[in-house]
Amino acid sequence: MALLSNAAVLLGKEVRTEFRSRELLSTTVVFVLIVVVVFSFTFDPTTTESRRFGPGLLWMAFLFAASLMLQPCFLREQVNDTLGALRLAVEDPFAVFLAKIAANTVFLLFTELVMLPVFAALFNVSFGSQLPGVLLTFLLGSLGISIVGTALAAISAQARMRELLLPLLLLPLLTPILVVSTEVTIRLMQPEPYLEWKGIGLMAAFDAVFLTVLWLFGEYLLEE
Amino acid sequence: MIRRILFAAVAVGLVACAAYAAFYVAPEERTMGAIQRIFYLHASSAWAGETTFFFCFVANLLYIWRRKPQYDWLGVTCAEVGVAFITVVLLTGPIWAKPVWGIWWTWDARLTSTFVLWILYICYLLLRTLLDEPERRALLSALFGVFAFIDVPIVFGAIRWWRTQHPAPVIMGGEGSGLDPVMRKVFFFNVLAMHILALFLIAERYLLEKSKHDAELLRREAEAR
Amino acid sequence: MPAAPERPIGVQFDQVEKRYGAVYALRNLTLGIAAGECVAIAGRNGSGKTTLLRVAAQLVRPGTGTVAYSGASEVRRPKIGFVGHATMVYDELTAEENLRFFARLLGVRNPGKHVGELLREVALEDRKDSLVRTFSRGMRQRVAIARALLASPSLLLFDEPGTGLDKESSAWLTEQLRRLRDSGCTILMSLHGESETARLATRAIRLETGSVVADTRRGAMFQSIFSAPGC
Repeated sequence: MALLSNAAVLLGKEVRTEFRSRELLSTTVVFVLIVVVVFSFTFDPTTTESRRFGPGLLWMAFLFAASLMLQPCFLREQVNDTLGALRLAVEDPFAVFLAKIAANTVFLLFTELVMLPVFAALFNVSFGSQLPGVLLTFLLGSLGISIVGTALAAISAQARMRELLLPLLLLPLLTPILVVSTEVTIRLMQPEPYLEWKGIGLMAAFDAVFLTVLWLFGEYLLEE
Repeated sequence: MIRRILFAAVAVGLVACAAYAAFYVAPEERTMGAIQRIFYLHASSAWAGETTFFFCFVANLLYIWRRKPQYDWLGVTCAEVGVAFITVVLLTGPIWAKPVWGIWWTWDARLTSTFVLWILYICYLLLRTLLDEPERRALLSALFGVFAFIDVPIVFGAIRWWRTQHPAPVIMGGEGSGLDPVMRKVFFFNVLAMHILALFLIAERYLLEKSKHDAELLRREAEAR
Repeated sequence: MPAAPERPIGVQFDQVEKRYGAVYALRNLTLGIAAGECVAIAGRNGSGKTTLLRVAAQLVRPGTGTVAYSGASEVRRPKIGFVGHATMVYDELTAEENLRFFARLLGVRNPGKHVGELLREVALEDRKDSLVRTFSRGMRQRVAIARALLASPSLLLFDEPGTGLDKESSAWLTEQLRRLRDSGCTILMSLHGESETARLATRAIRLETGSVVADTRRGAMFQSIFSAPGC
């Protein structure tokens, strides 16, 4: 199908561009690390406290990192009006969003997976037995952040004060993801860990709903 | 002009009657005492605010579909009026909570979700100030408005689930359920009064937006000559 | 030749209006372009030339009015080649990577071969592995034109294509446009002043404050369209 093949070509370009410079990924990873370390000074990181505050802090760090990482998403398409070129070349503008969402999810996931062992070491928690659950949580959470974030990046790229605007718009909209993913992660880190399927369901629903909304309205976000 | 004054009189009159009913007609609540009366203002403002945001959502959709500036005016109007009502909700909540529970704020599911709702529409209004070109502003804020409104039930759901994990005192012990019949009548009368007030405020604010637009048109025509 | 269109198409603007805030970029614009015509659009800065071309390219949505394409099966989604003020290619990719990328998006058959041919035509074969970031203005314009020609477009739109080009590149550009015109492609190009490139046109129109004020099809003199003050 043309939509998926276009999205695949676009995704290939996004990933190739990023791996050539690696500037986005490296700065994002370092930023998350800094946020986690700095935030952990605000509470006593003994094991019980870490189990209570740690996951929340981790997801906060991911959210902040994402709101910065998503900035260039559409800004870099403004530089040479490559967005215009994409709109001319692609039949369904949703392909542009699909590709950028996929790319952003991959980059976020990469950052999260790099952070996971660091977090586990810093806070003395182990995820070993719950790894599949953790991965699923990270995947659904990153997807949610990317879907909403990419859409908002398209909006903020056209406004003033865009560096501040994107986090401003993103954080309230992503409240459900933050709340639910933190809860699910807490459950995965406790002494008797388990995967909270209700939370997973809520996250999947969030992702599905917003992907659908973006599918319905995406082309207007790219309009001139 | 006469119509506007009449509308204002009706709206203010209804609100005054509703307030009177809340203070003098409704029986005093058994456990919480007089302070509970603020519930009539608190809950009815919440309903009116939510209805207004629904109108905003409809206006946003209509703008995206039809691109008529009137829908944009309606959207910003409803957002502002809605924010005003929700501000009342967020102020009356703590005023009620402090004497009853001894704390200003409780992370009660409804109050917290309402707070997020309030922030979302403040963001809507803020976004508008950062977009200069009128058609861009109308379209992009309408799109954000759609995202925000669709997010609202998900926010409510997520926070309610979050609260079941960490139970906390509930401020509004379910209005409408287990309410004394007189209380219920007074409550719904307050809801009606608030909605009429909302409609009046929307009409006035809409006229203001329309005047701004007309003035701009006149100015441009004058400059062109 | 890869640039030969399958079938050229005509464009019909009907009472098109586009506002940006208080400013009318296009006002009550009605204009019919026949298939195969090569039209030069003259006008001051801010007269609406860029907006006209972007509306024709379906990049800008008009506030009111319609744009219709005629004469081809893919009328609703016509194949359009657009060369704007910006290069519309990625600085961080090479010339070949850019063209291959767009070729694959456009569904061009045999993208590798096609891109190779185009690069030869625009004389960038020896620089195909260099990042576009390192290119001069003239070379960037050539990549932009190659990109526009990728899908053998039925309609070609050029927005002040000669800007910033040196004499050699300018002559090359005129030659390319001549070939495209002769191959029967419908061409719309906005220009600043009368030049070699302008003289290629079979028709010229002049825009002022978003409306057509002169048209050689309606008896205006070619010379006068370009020699109006401020042009």
